[in-house]
Amino acid sequence: MTSPLLDVRDLSVDFHLPGRPPGHAVSRVGFTLQPGEAMGLVGESGCGKTTLSLALLRLLPPQGRIVSGSVKFNGRELLALSEPEMANVRWKDISMIFQGAMNALNPVASIGAQISEAVRRHYSFMTPVEARTRTAELLDMVGIGAARAGQYPHQYSGGMRQRAMIAMALACSPQIVIADEPTTALDVMIQAQILDLLDRLRRELGLAVIFVTHDLGVVAELCDKVLVMYAGVTAEYAGVDEIYNQPRHPYTQELLKAFPDLSRPRAALNSIPGYPPRIDALPPGCRFAPRCPAVFDRCHIDQPALHALTPEHLAACHLVESES
Amino acid sequence: MTPALRLVSLKKHFAAGRAGFFHRDPRLVHAVDGISLEVAHGEILALVGESGCGKSTLALTLLGLEKPTSGEIHFEGTDVTHLRGAALKDMHRRIQMVFQDPYESLNPMMTVEEAVAEPLEVHSLLKNSAARRTRVIQALEDAGLKPADSFLDRLPHQLSGGQRQRVVIAAALVLEPTILLADEPVSMLDVSIRAEILNLLAEIRARRSITILFITHDFGTIAHFADRIAVMYLGRIVEIGATEEVLRDPQHPYTQALLSAVPVPNPRLRQKRLILQGETPNPIDLPSGCRFHPRCPVAEDRCRLTDPPAVPLSATHSAACLLVED
Amino acid sequence: MTDQPTLITGRAFWRGFRRNRIAVAGLAMLLIALAAAVFAPAVAPYDPYAPVAITVESIYQRPGPAHWLGTDDAGKDVLSNFIFGARVSLTVGIFASFISVVIGGLIGISAGYFGGRLERWLMRFTDFMLVIPDLPLIVVIVAITRPSLTNIILVIGLLGWTTTARLVRSQTLSIKERKFVLRARSIGAGHLHILRRHIFPLVLPLLVVNSVLIISLAILNESTLSFLGLSDPTRISWGQMLNYAFERGAMSSRAWWVLVTPGFGIVWLVLGFTLLGHGLEQVLNPRTEWHHLTDHPRMVSLPAPLNPQP
Ligand SMILES: Nc1ncnc2c1ncn2[C@@H]1O[C@H](COP(=O)(O)OP(=O)(O)OP(=O)(O)O)[C@@H](O)[C@H]1O
Ligand SMILES: Nc1ncnc2c1ncn2[C@@H]1O[C@H](COP(=O)(O)OP(=O)(O)OP(=O)(O)O)[C@@H](O)[C@H]1O
Ligand code: SF4
Ligand SMILES: [Mg+2]
Ligand SMILES: [Mg+2]
Repeated sequence: MTSPLLDVRDLSVDFHLPGRPPGHAVSRVGFTLQPGEAMGLVGESGCGKTTLSLALLRLLPPQGRIVSGSVKFNGRELLALSEPEMANVRWKDISMIFQGAMNALNPVASIGAQISEAVRRHYSFMTPVEARTRTAELLDMVGIGAARAGQYPHQYSGGMRQRAMIAMALACSPQIVIADEPTTALDVMIQAQILDLLDRLRRELGLAVIFVTHDLGVVAELCDKVLVMYAGVTAEYAGVDEIYNQPRHPYTQELLKAFPDLSRPRAALNSIPGYPPRIDALPPGCRFAPRCPAVFDRCHIDQPALHALTPEHLAACHLVESES
Repeated sequence: MTPALRLVSLKKHFAAGRAGFFHRDPRLVHAVDGISLEVAHGEILALVGESGCGKSTLALTLLGLEKPTSGEIHFEGTDVTHLRGAALKDMHRRIQMVFQDPYESLNPMMTVEEAVAEPLEVHSLLKNSAARRTRVIQALEDAGLKPADSFLDRLPHQLSGGQRQRVVIAAALVLEPTILLADEPVSMLDVSIRAEILNLLAEIRARRSITILFITHDFGTIAHFADRIAVMYLGRIVEIGATEEVLRDPQHPYTQALLSAVPVPNPRLRQKRLILQGETPNPIDLPSGCRFHPRCPVAEDRCRLTDPPAVPLSATHSAACLLVED
Repeated sequence: MTDQPTLITGRAFWRGFRRNRIAVAGLAMLLIALAAAVFAPAVAPYDPYAPVAITVESIYQRPGPAHWLGTDDAGKDVLSNFIFGARVSLTVGIFASFISVVIGGLIGISAGYFGGRLERWLMRFTDFMLVIPDLPLIVVIVAITRPSLTNIILVIGLLGWTTTARLVRSQTLSIKERKFVLRARSIGAGHLHILRRHIFPLVLPLLVVNSVLIISLAILNESTLSFLGLSDPTRISWGQMLNYAFERGAMSSRAWWVLVTPGFGIVWLVLGFTLLGHGLEQVLNPRTEWHHLTDHPRMVSLPAPLNPQP
């Protein structure tokens, strides 16, 4: 196999809040991404999806620290780059559609102006006219149409604002786009449109995409592989078919049972009792043990290691380890 | 048996834009535009449709918070369309609503007990504080918050999203209403909590035979627990029928598109989606003929001219599309 | 997500307050002033209202062991005048601000909550009051009426509510749109209930902050009035001390202590209230957490971790 586009290993992120023990938001997470590949990053709210994505860009809230790991982009170690070098990687190599950012567009500047500004900030050699041309190109690409560049955010619907955010993320023709909850809070039809757009861009531009979401339907629809996170650790990491049809980690299984499925309309919905642990007071053994339906003694004592069922199917559960 | 709720060509139009002093904009937003519907006692009816199709406006009109432009609302056999004052307040006791956003629908300064007791306070019921507390605890337990007394003094920020939505549901149950309007009660919640709240609503219906009108844009959430589904487009119901019938055999092209837009959590069932382009057109300038024709993938010439009536397909299923008629 | 003011209550408030150095500093300054004012008869070395025989030596005495801050043109102890003067500043500040905040709160809440024609009229009135310059009007009114303490409080209070009204109105507008108000309406709650249980408690923090900030304005206004000679002649106030100092030749006698002392008092109180107000504002309205990062000021890009593990 060729060396991957993105190779993340053992990445850990801590949050330090005054007067509290450090919160382990992400612990030793790893994955790889090939050009043009789509990976789903799923898990409940607060399990560290956004934090992991931000850490890849080395962009975290001030309390956050990357404490260990390696992030290699095309073989280059991003964690060892100087800040100006890293600034060059952001947007031009890896860009991100931030969670909820479509609601944070500047209300008093036109969409076109905001995209041009983003373009010029990264391509300082461009003249305003060139930037405008690029903006028109981008708007066409995401299906808004350059004619609407002069309109303001409030004249755009939610779906169109999200398209504008995608255009902004594509401004510097990155090779990887991280989309953090790109369709949450949009209605199903608009969601389908946005997913269709991202899928088209992936095929046409050869983009690698990381979809961050808690909607398992979206992932099944679009992704090649899936990383299921729970409380900051990898629960299961496998191809999309294995995740949905042979899930091995109890958390993946529970999550799937909790998700309504139109293809099985009368199936009972299961809810997972309880809540994910606080990241500054994690249980000593398996982080899922307090909620796990298959829990046994060892789970409360040892942390399960990531066990390879096949080279492409990893799960961190004592049950999986003892079965195979 | 009289239905719990009966709507007769209910309409709610808003004035478009701000009425200026000199030029009053004469155009209207046809938010709800002629809805006729019957909901039986103890039934769960799901109202599905894209954003902006008038679902919330319909709910607010039912609650009497928006005055209907025309049409009638019958509640357990009595016409409540024009109630005001004390009679309206009395009706509020029997219709309760759960809103979309559990983070917004609780006052951040009120404890759980205050929030759940608020309807009792408003209606001056159970003035005796011990009796009131018993009722509050009962409602919290019905909403699945056990042990209830450990929640009484908490403030909303000390609760999780699912717990907040349970408190909102408890506050809606405390007056023992006959109808519960749930406007996207789970769309802001996490997957695992979503199932919890849906199961709770189903259980409440089973236990109390409450009528539930469940508003959503997502077929996935309601498929497994609604008795009937009504699909709304631009202020009208375009298809209505028993859940199985609508899911198995959707007749209206809009229903078919909505259904195919729902992602299925199984990669083996990936299929070509039927994705409608654009968004619900604005309900100010309604298209001529069938209001769905500009986006309809199978529209014919006549669709531009004739506004299709609802065509009964079976005793429980009807759709408003010219193609269905043939 | 919108930038709604977030709210905190009870214990969280005290925790936040104690951590906020500005608020604590302001409160400490004010407690000192308040203690001095309340216990003035006990703290002040002389009784400023007792008559003293004026001799040539007794006027404008330099600070010394008998009079720590010297004496004024009437031979009275400046320190004692200073301590008693705090009473007037605090009384006027607190009561006038109370009046302003009550009026501003009522107007702002009614305009914001009921909207429509009422709002248009109330806000037009507020704008009208906002554009007429306060101080000259206060001076004119106090000059026409008798400059007693009550009159001064009333005039300052009745003219100082405009900013409060505007702030409260916009806060009310945003609270009114929140879902829990709609929920209250849906259970059949009337206006009174909604105002009492939902709107007022959420406007209250703003009112508290605002009243603290307005106190310093009122104190400044009062001092200006007294300085212009429009003070209650029966009560010692800092403005009045300044006024006498200027009119009765303290400058030519180089009696700096008569000028500096009341000036210091005014600055102390105004600073104290301003610090407390801004501190409270920070405690009651902590910025909402980060939701997005498009150039968010609180996002930092991390330096390279020291030893990346291969
Ligand atoms: N600035 C911060 N300071 C302290 N802790 C933080 C901060 N940001 C996030 N966290 C914590 O880190 C953990 C992971 O948060 P993160 O936002 O990555 O979750 P997520 O999986 O993206 O959730 P969601 O689905 O809600 O977006 C959470 O427990 C969160 O409370
Ligand atoms: N007070 C109002 N004045 C004018 N137009 C309104 C008003 N309330 C709603 N509308 C319009 O009526 C239409 C229906 O709105 P409604 O909120 O009922 O839609 P919805 O189906 O609930 O959508 P969503 O799924 O986004 O909640 C929209 O076009 C909306 O802009
Ligand atoms: S290790 Fe134990 S507790 Fe953890 S998921 Fe597996 S069975 Fe459950
Ligand atoms: Mg996130
Ligand atoms: Mg709605």
